[in-house]
Amino acid sequence: MKNITRRHFGKGAIGLGLTAAALGAPSILRANTYPNRAINYIIPFNPGGESDVTARFQQPFFEEITGQSVVIQSKPGAGGATAWAQLNGFDPDGHTIMNTIVPHTVLQPAMKDVGYQTADINNVFFFHYTPDAIVVKADSPYQTLQDLIDDASANPGTVTFGGSGTNTANHLASQIFMDMTGAITTYIPFRGSAPAMTAVLGGQIAAAMSYTTQGVKAGEQVRTLAVATNERVAALPDAPTFKELGYDHVGGAYRGVAVPAGTPQDIQQRLSDILQQINANPDFQAQMTAAGYEVIDVPLGDVPGFIEERRAAYAPAIERLKSA
Amino acid sequence: MIDALLSAATPFNIMLALIGVVLGTVIGALPGLSATMAVAVLVPFTFTMDPASGLIALGAVYTGAIYGGAYASILVNTPGTPAAIATALDGFPMAKQGDGDLAVTISCFASAFGGLVGALALLIVAPPLATIALKFGPVEYFWLAIFGLSLIAVLSKGATLKGLIGGFLGLGLSTIGSAVVGGDVRYTFGNPVMLGGIHIIPALIGLYCVPVLLNMVATQDPHIERAAGGRGARVGEALGLMWRSKFNLVRSSVIGTVVGILPAAGGAVAGLVAYSEAQRTSKQPDEFGKGAVDGVIASESANSATVGGGFVPTLVLGIPGTPPDAIILGALMVQGIRVGPQLFAEQASTVYTFIFGLLFATILMIPVGLLIGRTAFRTISSIPKAVLAPAIGVLIMIGSFAVEQNATHVVMMVALGAFAWVALKYGFEASPIVLGLILGPIAEQGFVQGYLIGNAAGNIWGEFFTRPISIAIIAFTMLTLLWPVWTGRKGRALKGALQNE
Repeated sequence: MKNITRRHFGKGAIGLGLTAAALGAPSILRANTYPNRAINYIIPFNPGGESDVTARFQQPFFEEITGQSVVIQSKPGAGGATAWAQLNGFDPDGHTIMNTIVPHTVLQPAMKDVGYQTADINNVFFFHYTPDAIVVKADSPYQTLQDLIDDASANPGTVTFGGSGTNTANHLASQIFMDMTGAITTYIPFRGSAPAMTAVLGGQIAAAMSYTTQGVKAGEQVRTLAVATNERVAALPDAPTFKELGYDHVGGAYRGVAVPAGTPQDIQQRLSDILQQINANPDFQAQMTAAGYEVIDVPLGDVPGFIEERRAAYAPAIERLKSA
Repeated sequence: MIDALLSAATPFNIMLALIGVVLGTVIGALPGLSATMAVAVLVPFTFTMDPASGLIALGAVYTGAIYGGAYASILVNTPGTPAAIATALDGFPMAKQGDGDLAVTISCFASAFGGLVGALALLIVAPPLATIALKFGPVEYFWLAIFGLSLIAVLSKGATLKGLIGGFLGLGLSTIGSAVVGGDVRYTFGNPVMLGGIHIIPALIGLYCVPVLLNMVATQDPHIERAAGGRGARVGEALGLMWRSKFNLVRSSVIGTVVGILPAAGGAVAGLVAYSEAQRTSKQPDEFGKGAVDGVIASESANSATVGGGFVPTLVLGIPGTPPDAIILGALMVQGIRVGPQLFAEQASTVYTFIFGLLFATILMIPVGLLIGRTAFRTISSIPKAVLAPAIGVLIMIGSFAVEQNATHVVMMVALGAFAWVALKYGFEASPIVLGLILGPIAEQGFVQGYLIGNAAGNIWGEFFTRPISIAIIAFTMLTLLWPVWTGRKGRALKGALQNE
């Protein structure tokens, strides 16, 4: 018994020694060698969705910059919560990275016990947002956003807004829309943004609180009434911004990359730099904007401020959703 | 069109189709590895090819995987993919009775026929057909799921009460996790790994395969019967049986194509609906579930037809018809191809090249399927149980884990399997449970969405009961439920008349 204890202690001592050596080594050296093997890039959603597609846009550029391969792995479930709750269980060495989305990671823990807290998600970089967009069928009576707002104000609750799931970016956006315009709409949750668009095309619902990407994908079958960006979206030149229409709303699903808690600071910085370098590539930008995404840079140092700003922006709508 | 046919027939594209079908068939045959995964794994390789060739490779893998699911269904009672659930119902009894070789051959021809019907529909009438996808709203999906649940009557093999209990259990299991509509977290017992709910693939493996595996080691009998001496693949016999069931074959292929077009349904629903229709219209409905050739034909032709059907809304509307289509759609986006109504005009050569490639792949499935099927049958029926049982045990563990690289799925699979084994001893079949598990979410989401939409319009009753497609599905449900009562009464009356004479 004594022997075993001592052996264990011995191992522990060696381990401690190694850790000390690692900590003592110039961190610059470690950051230079990162990544030194294949990166496992976990997507908490099904293949074919926006998270998956944008990760696949990044993939070749990541491999070109680092010389290491990127393996995209899908771990869907519970609107992303299953994977995010597991994030901190992976090795904190920067070789397992995970796709994250704000507002999901702010909204989900605020609404239900989903096995993680917003602060548990250690984001290193946000690389784009998929702007909110209100989409109606091409033959819809709503020619402009004002038509829709007028109808929803005159007949509260009769205008149906489809979106992806409950307690999601679309759900939050439709609450923000109601708070902002005073119109009363009925939110209908679907199993994703694609089924919600199908219901718009089928005429079962009046509009979709969706994303610019869905408006781009559906092409001439639909009309996008408003997009939540600062400037008009290149892929949807006819769609006005909320700002143009007098509503101060810019936002959508902000996609970032997170690492498990305890990942060394210099590795986090290196990863943030790599992702920023990808964002700067004109070919990457061209692919993203053609599909309707807005490329943004939120590097490691700006992440805490960014999360705080978003949290504050969502707070009133989240309170209303909670009391609903 | 001719140009597209020629560019699809280049040696490179034919080779891609062949490799795709072989790969897909093997992946589909392994329990746990689904068509969705087969396509997802292959996607990165297609980025280096031109779009049409990439699409042909993906379509071929998809077709092959849907077909490959039949082997595991027939030979070890484990649907290799969810699409092959209904195949197990009669395929495995056939194998037990020594007709496993015949079942494998029939499944190959039926799959190829269904696949051709689906692909031809895509080639000839895709744009008008795509509108079916739009006619199906939440309420229609709700009623479709209810219609599907009426199949419990068929699947419970006479023990209707036990079937209903199983169905309710399946519906209950389907509510575990975080709800899509409403966002409530249900029955997770505080465990975050339960948030995602019970995944259908580990559930299928557990409920169907584990009892077979346990029985394999618990009894002395050989796993499946095999006649002495080689009988070949019994091609002539299979073709004869298919000719006798030509109406079933055509009807099931059409059902498969249409269900494939519906984005929320998929291969499992197609196979089950076709199976139920085949049983209802059969002259020997009592044979179903005991090794009826028509059951295998219905399921396999329908699930393969969903491949072509699923591409219809994918390419025409940009709405994925099935989960693998969603991945292919994502791949197209990365390739820079915009799907939608304009695709057939702007990218005609790519689209038609792909469709012809899919047709070639489906035809190639016949020799590939017969060859692989023959090998699979020989292997499973000849290797000793002492080797077979542990090999299957390892495979299903890996398969359950591979779904999402999640050990919890393995635990769920084993737990459900142990439960299914005990339940089977008391006469509770796995199929009604699986039916509840698959259809529960479709019914729940359709109902809540339909209720919310009807409520917004101030007309909930009208939303559910006055839409034409809904009325048609309700009528079919009533027909399926009342048919046995009516034929039963007619049968009794006939018997009574005979006795009186």
